[in-house]
Amino acid sequence: MMKNRINQLFQDKKENILSVYFTAGYPQVNDTVQIIKTLEKNGVDLIEIGMPFSDPVADGPVIQNSSTVALKNGMSIKQLFEQLKSIRQTVNIPLILMGYLNPVIQFGLEAFCKKCQEVGIDGLILPDLPVSVYQEEYKELFEQYGLHNILLITPQTSDARIQEIDEASGGFIYMVSSSSTTGAKDKVSDFHEDYFNRVNQLKLNNPRLIGFGISNQETFENACKYASGAIIGSAFVKALEQDKTLEEKISAFVNRIVKPV
Amino acid sequence: MKYQVNKKGYYGEFGGAFIPEMMHPNIEELQQKYMEIIGSYNFRQDFIHLLKHYVGRPSPLYPAQRLSEKYGTNIYLKREDLNHTGSHKINNTIGQILLAKALGKKRIIAETGAGQHGVATATVCALMGMKCIVYMGTLDVQRQAPNVKKMKMLGAEVVPAISGNQTLKDATNEAMRDWINNPVDTHYIIGSVVGPHPFPDMVTQFQAVVSEEIKMQLDEHIGREFPTRVIACVGGGSNAAGAFYHFLENEEVELIGVEAAGKGIDTQETAATLTLGKVGVLHSAKSMLMQTDDGQIIEPYSISAGLDYPGIGPLHSHLFKTGRAKYLWATDEEVFEAALELTQLEGIIPALESAHALAALKKIKMKPDDVTVVNLSGRGDKDMETYLDHFGY
Ligand SMILES: Cc1ncc(COP(=O)(O)O)c(C=O)c1O
Repeated sequence: MMKNRINQLFQDKKENILSVYFTAGYPQVNDTVQIIKTLEKNGVDLIEIGMPFSDPVADGPVIQNSSTVALKNGMSIKQLFEQLKSIRQTVNIPLILMGYLNPVIQFGLEAFCKKCQEVGIDGLILPDLPVSVYQEEYKELFEQYGLHNILLITPQTSDARIQEIDEASGGFIYMVSSSSTTGAKDKVSDFHEDYFNRVNQLKLNNPRLIGFGISNQETFENACKYASGAIIGSAFVKALEQDKTLEEKISAFVNRIVKPV
Repeated sequence: MKYQVNKKGYYGEFGGAFIPEMMHPNIEELQQKYMEIIGSYNFRQDFIHLLKHYVGRPSPLYPAQRLSEKYGTNIYLKREDLNHTGSHKINNTIGQILLAKALGKKRIIAETGAGQHGVATATVCALMGMKCIVYMGTLDVQRQAPNVKKMKMLGAEVVPAISGNQTLKDATNEAMRDWINNPVDTHYIIGSVVGPHPFPDMVTQFQAVVSEEIKMQLDEHIGREFPTRVIACVGGGSNAAGAFYHFLENEEVELIGVEAAGKGIDTQETAATLTLGKVGVLHSAKSMLMQTDDGQIIEPYSISAGLDYPGIGPLHSHLFKTGRAKYLWATDEEVFEAALELTQLEGIIPALESAHALAALKKIKMKPDDVTVVNLSGRGDKDMETYLDHFGY
């Protein structure tokens, strides 16, 4: 069996990994494939494709809005798989689907996992799937279809629970910078240095990426000091609002994060 | 004990705690401590004291003479409308504010639809000197204006929820987001038997005083504790859970919940969750949900802001699935008619929510000897504008 692309990435690259989130179906319903290709072309290492949900309780206003627009545009999981059908003919970086449980349950859990494998998805982030339920009801299926489950930890997560989450995780651990909903804050002082150091001393099996509140070069570089890299969501979704071509918006955004201007 | 929550927080297949990791510390703390706290001697003393001297419990069980005559049977009204703040919601907020204090929390958040739960929360926060933030859909802020003003006068901050349909579901989303962003000092007083375990059970325990009193009061009226049936309206399902609770294990007592059909169950404008829904996960619990084939939540509609919710507490999904309770529905039109009937036969103006329960009287067969208890969950003050508009007085 082919090695999971997430593991390959973390084996090949130990630092400054840039992962970018966008909501499928936003700004236009058929932008999905072009956004993925353009992100890869601009050197992004990992992509999280958001499956929009009507009630995204873990998200702040920017991703809420992109989800509402995407749903109005007619986006659905069915359509997303249709769009991703041939994605692996051109795109090589790892792809993760991120979304809430209910649409996945309605699609049918096994059918969903099967489709993920068919189109070449490497992992899943389902924020409202707690680790205990995952272990009991989902793990076997995810593994059968070669999907890593990426779980979150926060500054309030106890060491013992982080160990438990590490045991259940595959690929990497999503280290939430501070307990909050998603959304760019632009404040380096929000970083919880003690928390990052505490986690790094736990000698976990899985590498970490830091997410939530990463929005510019400064916050990205700061996060990279404490983990293998960082995840940018809201700031990228916001950048997609501009009235330019996708190419222009995406290359300008990535250059702002990884290269000094 | 077929209808009790199990250790993992499930009623049959429904319930659980599908929470993002950011909510884990708060939910775990509640799961581990709520039984011990609410079962403790001190807590019981304080709870009973406040229910009696502050809320005004027990609320009367009133034999509604003229209503009974009209339907040719025996109808009793459980007068939750006479509670301080005008509905059953205060039973829960008294319980939860005492719990929040026991947990050392400093800041209270809540969601509200009709504003009854918001007012009940703002009230207990004033009583205990706690900071209070209430999320309320923008549409509900408009249609329940008197309650918004009450909350402000009580010292609460009312934050309009501008997402979605701007009603109860969206207010609940905002409250959950607030809790995620304030993980340490905040307690979320959920207003119904919904949300992650242990909320459905905890709120049921606080509302169970309703059926506990019904049993004692029926005994005084008719010399037996059990009625033929109990009827209650169902939004999230807390007043129904409270009115059903002590009758659950006695299968001879018929339990009837009444959902809001809005403009009709065959229209898009309805909130009849059990009648129309499918199993899914919303607000961290697995339950019946109004949703599309793609699993997106359908925006509900009801004239009554308190029933305008696309989900339902997991206990009710379980009672529905097992057949222990029956769930009917009433349209806006039927509800107005039932509200006017009670007003003019008994001199009691019910809340729009409670009028759903009354509307069910026309939909069931009652024998002359039957004893039917209707839970009158709240009073109509907050709905006067809607009533006056509709009836043209
Ligand atoms: C008077 C009254 N009854 C019923 C409800 C519905 O809630 P539940 O189904 O939790 O009792 C509300 C909610 O606001 C209410 O104000």
